Amino acid sequence: MNDLPFLDITLFLPLAGALVMVLVPKGLEAVLRLVALLVTTATFVVSLGVLITFDTGTRGFQQSTELSWIPEWGIGYITGVDGVSLWMIMLTTFLMPLCILTSWTIRTQVKPYFILLLTLETGMLGVFSSLDLFLFYVFWEAVLVPMYFLIGMWGHGRRIYAAMKFFLFTLAGSLFMLLSILYLYFAPQGAAAPTFDYRSLVGTPLSLEVQILLFLGFFASFAVKVPLVPLHTWLPDAHTEAPTAGSVMLAAVLLKMGAYGLIRFGIALFPDAARLLAPVIITLAIVGILYGALIAIVQRDVKRLVAYSSVAHLGFVVLGLFVGTIQGMSGGILQMLNHGLSTGALFLLVGSLYDRRHTREIAEFGGLARSVPVLAGIFLIVVLSSLGLPGLNGFVGEFLVLLATYQSYGWWVIPATFGIVLAAIYLLWAYQRVFHGPVTVEANRHLEDFHVREYVMFAPLVALIIAIGVYPKPFLERIEPSAQKVVRQLNNASVVPETSGLAEAP
Amino acid sequence: MPEFTQPQVQLSGVAPEIILLATALVLLIVDTLIGERHSRWFLAAMATAGLVAAGGFAASTWGDNELQLSGAIALDGFASFVKVSLAVFGLLTVWVGRDYLRRDSLEDSEFYALVLFAVTGMMLMAAAADLIVMFLALETFSIALYVLVAFKSGSLTSQESAMKYFLLGAFSSAFFLLGIALTYGAVGTTALYGGSDPVTEPGIASFLSTSPAAGAGLLVLATGFLIIGLGFKIAAVPFHMWTPDAYQGAPSPVTGFMAAGTKFAAFAAILRLFDATLFSLRAEWRPLAIAMAVATMILGSVLAVVQDDVKRLLAYSSIAHAGFILTAVIAANDRGVSGALFYLSTYGLAVLGAFAVVSVVSGKDEARVRLVGYKGLFYDHPALAVALTLFLLSLAGVPVTAGFFGKLVVFGAAVQASYSWVVAIGVITSAIAAFFYLKIMVRMYLEESEGEPVPLPVGRLAAGVIAITAVATIGFGVVPGPLLRVAEDATMFFQPAPETGQAPLGG
Repeated sequence: MNDLPFLDITLFLPLAGALVMVLVPKGLEAVLRLVALLVTTATFVVSLGVLITFDTGTRGFQQSTELSWIPEWGIGYITGVDGVSLWMIMLTTFLMPLCILTSWTIRTQVKPYFILLLTLETGMLGVFSSLDLFLFYVFWEAVLVPMYFLIGMWGHGRRIYAAMKFFLFTLAGSLFMLLSILYLYFAPQGAAAPTFDYRSLVGTPLSLEVQILLFLGFFASFAVKVPLVPLHTWLPDAHTEAPTAGSVMLAAVLLKMGAYGLIRFGIALFPDAARLLAPVIITLAIVGILYGALIAIVQRDVKRLVAYSSVAHLGFVVLGLFVGTIQGMSGGILQMLNHGLSTGALFLLVGSLYDRRHTREIAEFGGLARSVPVLAGIFLIVVLSSLGLPGLNGFVGEFLVLLATYQSYGWWVIPATFGIVLAAIYLLWAYQRVFHGPVTVEANRHLEDFHVREYVMFAPLVALIIAIGVYPKPFLERIEPSAQKVVRQLNNASVVPETSGLAEAP
Repeated sequence: MPEFTQPQVQLSGVAPEIILLATALVLLIVDTLIGERHSRWFLAAMATAGLVAAGGFAASTWGDNELQLSGAIALDGFASFVKVSLAVFGLLTVWVGRDYLRRDSLEDSEFYALVLFAVTGMMLMAAAADLIVMFLALETFSIALYVLVAFKSGSLTSQESAMKYFLLGAFSSAFFLLGIALTYGAVGTTALYGGSDPVTEPGIASFLSTSPAAGAGLLVLATGFLIIGLGFKIAAVPFHMWTPDAYQGAPSPVTGFMAAGTKFAAFAAILRLFDATLFSLRAEWRPLAIAMAVATMILGSVLAVVQDDVKRLLAYSSIAHAGFILTAVIAANDRGVSGALFYLSTYGLAVLGAFAVVSVVSGKDEARVRLVGYKGLFYDHPALAVALTLFLLSLAGVPVTAGFFGKLVVFGAAVQASYSWVVAIGVITSAIAAFFYLKIMVRMYLEESEGEPVPLPVGRLAAGVIAITAVATIGFGVVPGPLLRVAEDATMFFQPAPETGQAPLGG
């Protein structure tokens, strides 16, 4: 094992960058952009250290750091990474430089914009690497404030309404989580001092009623974030009105915070409650898959369409997490990564379209494939990945999830599969209306195709989309040991197949 | 074994109060001698020196644990903690006040003297170990505050709110006095602790520990009146009516001082009285306190939502905060007491900072106190807007601010004492409260200012206060440990027996 605390450096490098940027004079916008790009790229490079030193064979946490923070209340700075959080951390550090690049077109209040974006990155990374419930809650809430300002100050249209709704929905949910955390903190009646240390809280004996109440407290927070129907109404507004980088971070990372929380805290801390409530949650997930897809079909705004598609895709994730098999869990976690890549890419592409035409109305486009062939080509690849075409990344995760659903829940798989068909409808239909057909609006005839900055942004994204689709093994084999551990917790250590079988495939 | 000692006058317990009184009197005399010709910077400087000396002396008695002046004054860590905090609050008020008074041409020695008198009363409140002393302390700071609220001599609203505050305040004092009389009738003494021998040196606590049944009915009735009297001062529902008017009419620095100081002093008395002295009667007063806490949290948060005057909004916010702190009183355990101390000291700093910003932004004669006045503040005066945001986030209880940790400790104490359902209400109302703090932030950041930016001269002292409180709000949020440890060590002369045996959430 390497001695360098890669994880902790990754965590605080963006925040340090943000503090440095406070000192840069306001007028030097080019310098500010460059600093932001350098810091986020450096963060990604350091996070590669986490990936390289990650030990595939370990189920528990690795690369842990443990420091005392507020000893009076048993609060520590405890971080660590396992198969569940590894790819979320990588996804965040990977997408952030791309978000900085797409923000090159931001012209107003450049300094606070990049400071907030960097602060946001530390918050998100903290959520995925905290192993102390207090620390986790701090990061969880710390994400809220920068995102509120990003939507509110640089958003479009009804930005104030969207920002407000986002803040209040999320805060209301997380306050119930705080109550649950406090209860859990005082729950052990033994001689041991109360602690917020996640690793010692796992396995706390609780009566079923208490487990259900506490699970619901956490669930309130995570279900808003994922979002599960009917708590999703903040999402279309926030995603649509946010600036491109904000939408990408919302869809790719913030929603995953909810799913991650369900695995890490919901299932692992309260397995009995999770097992008991699984049918209800699965029903909500399937409703979300169908509802999100159906609403997406009728959208006239491309960005809103992508936003609703997230509701559907996250339904698959939650479905996978709660069916109770290793395949479902691994598939769900992989789908978290995949959705981050493809929906992140979709929002970036919509941002590119918006930069060219300053509209997102589908009816305003048409026949774009002729004027911007490269953009159209990339868009097609991403659309195909998002609707789960075999050979691209989206297929692997959704396939595993559906397989697992069939094994555990039988016919429940039918409506879920229908969601994939609907995804094909809304995505391909929208693609057709935007890029094919005759050019109806004169402004669309002479648009500039990709420039260098956009090539740099999309090349790594497309490469990953194809790589995961063709060869998912390196990704799955890092997920599976930890996924297996969580599934064991969920099933109360009953017999679980060792692997999904896919990781061993050549 | 404690030996018999000659009755002797020990003054170390009230030395900070004496220092402040002397400073205030000297300040008044010096001002008349010097006259109007000279610059008046030395008035603020003298007040500063007095407050620093008083705070320093209070800090130097840290660790003592004794009763003085025939058991009327407690010299303990609890009193030291409160006194040092109050000295800091007074200091910040004097500094913001000086810039404010100079801008509005109101500067007078009376302002500083009154602030010092008020701090004296508040400090005495924290140290009072006898109900009569407590009442005197209450009146001392209340009367000083009545005058301070009316300090904008040209302003009708200021006079009106002072009148309201005075009438309702006098009314509540009468309740408190009645409570004292009933207590005397039940116990035969007004001393909280009493001596080691309950017969020769009676006290309420020793009375309750030896004869819990006798006369308890009358004492319960007295407890109710005492709650009412103190409930007025902390602005708990249904005794909150004066708060919005007084907060709105008072000069902004005074409003900040009232929110920070009055609340701290009254809660210090509540904690000493209920969580320590009347601890064994908790089954009787707890339902009352719970009803008050729940009503206060709900009404404070809900009514704040519809305000469009910043000072009124913060007034309702301070009502809601009284409810949050009451959850710690209900908990009646060690974590509750230390949590309340932590909460009150950090809340005081944030609210003083917020009102410092308000007094700068409101401009000459407080012309701009409506929410629309904050439109686009971030674009015209980014530093002020960022500072106010920080204070609002702390009041809302968002992490890495001191306000979050304060909320965590008081709510945690209540959860530990099996009052999770009260905390659940606190949690819901916190979410409602976030809405109106957000409303100010929307004005400052998300809306553009109309017309030319208004120049807002920020005096050096006010800027210093805003900077200090902002740094403290973040600092105690990131590293709350040291302050919390001091709050935990700030034990009262008499400690409640730790409550055990109940599982949380069981109730």
